[in-house]
Amino acid sequence: MVKAKPKPIGEIIDYVKDFDKVLVAGCDGCVTVCEAGGLKEVQVLASSLRLYFNKEGKRKDIEETSLTRQCDREYLEPLLDKIDNYDAVVSLACGVGAQFMAELYKGKPIFPGVDTCFIGSTQERGVWVERCQACGQCIIASTGGICPIARCSKRMLNGPCGGSEKGSCEVSKDTPCGWHLIYERLKELGQLDHFEAPTDPKDWTTSRDGGPRKIVKEDVQP
Amino acid sequence: MRLDYPPNVKIIKVPCTGRVDVIHILRALEDGADGVMVAGCMEGDCHYQSGNLRARKRVTYVQHILDQIGFGAERVAMYNLSAGMGVRFAEIAREITEKVKELGPNPIRRAQEASGESTKEAVHG
Repeated sequence: MVKAKPKPIGEIIDYVKDFDKVLVAGCDGCVTVCEAGGLKEVQVLASSLRLYFNKEGKRKDIEETSLTRQCDREYLEPLLDKIDNYDAVVSLACGVGAQFMAELYKGKPIFPGVDTCFIGSTQERGVWVERCQACGQCIIASTGGICPIARCSKRMLNGPCGGSEKGSCEVSKDTPCGWHLIYERLKELGQLDHFEAPTDPKDWTTSRDGGPRKIVKEDVQP
Repeated sequence: MRLDYPPNVKIIKVPCTGRVDVIHILRALEDGADGVMVAGCMEGDCHYQSGNLRARKRVTYVQHILDQIGFGAERVAMYNLSAGMGVRFAEIAREITEKVKELGPNPIRRAQEASGESTKEAVHG
């Protein structure tokens, strides 16, 4: 799932300081799981903004809502009738939700309330880690189910590099070497032949090198 | 045991401090409280295992928010004491009251007084 972290409140205060009626809109999807943008975070941010502006003697209406998902039209449409009650919206969805909101609510300033970070998983409560870089052509079948694009700091296809030491990456001792993990896993699976076979250069046009991407699935199109 | 503690301290009972969330403390301040004290069981003695440890982390998070918005983290504090420590409760109730008195009224109320608004109107505005 998409992982995000809350923006510093000062940054959000700066975005909305010139607007009188502000809606803080959360997303009940991915950002709720990483506790950056669900209803709870909406309430905390809205309350913090009210505390700040009331302290400054500035009267503002700061309202709260959270939508099932901000990246799907059907969940944004119910707000269309009410959106003109607000001068601006702070979106606590990932960058996709915030942008989609801006696309749909034309003429309404939309500000991001979180910094979208990566696609990842929950390591433990309060800790989220990157696991996928959405390169568009998954290769983990030959790497023991561990992605070298996401787990190797250099995104090497034939690793490890000389910076791998005792299972750690030279970037940080706290970062496991992706290729060390791949080697250990392939050994466990009895598939070290995959490790020994060189991997050809990757076609990065399926990743960001090919420009903004689009998926079309004709069988489900209306 | 008839112990005195400042009458301005309003007690809100919860089954465990683990029930206290960030938003509860923020809303107390929004509603005009000058300070908020969270009194949990002694560390290691939580009846629900770790409620008081969670509460401490949440209080720290609220303090971080209050610092970011220039409200002053010192208005919020967490204490640990057992149900048998009535004397200590009265003592910390006095302690936090004194501390908050030194800090002055809730900045929201100060802003409202400066603009001539009544507290009630602005709190729910």
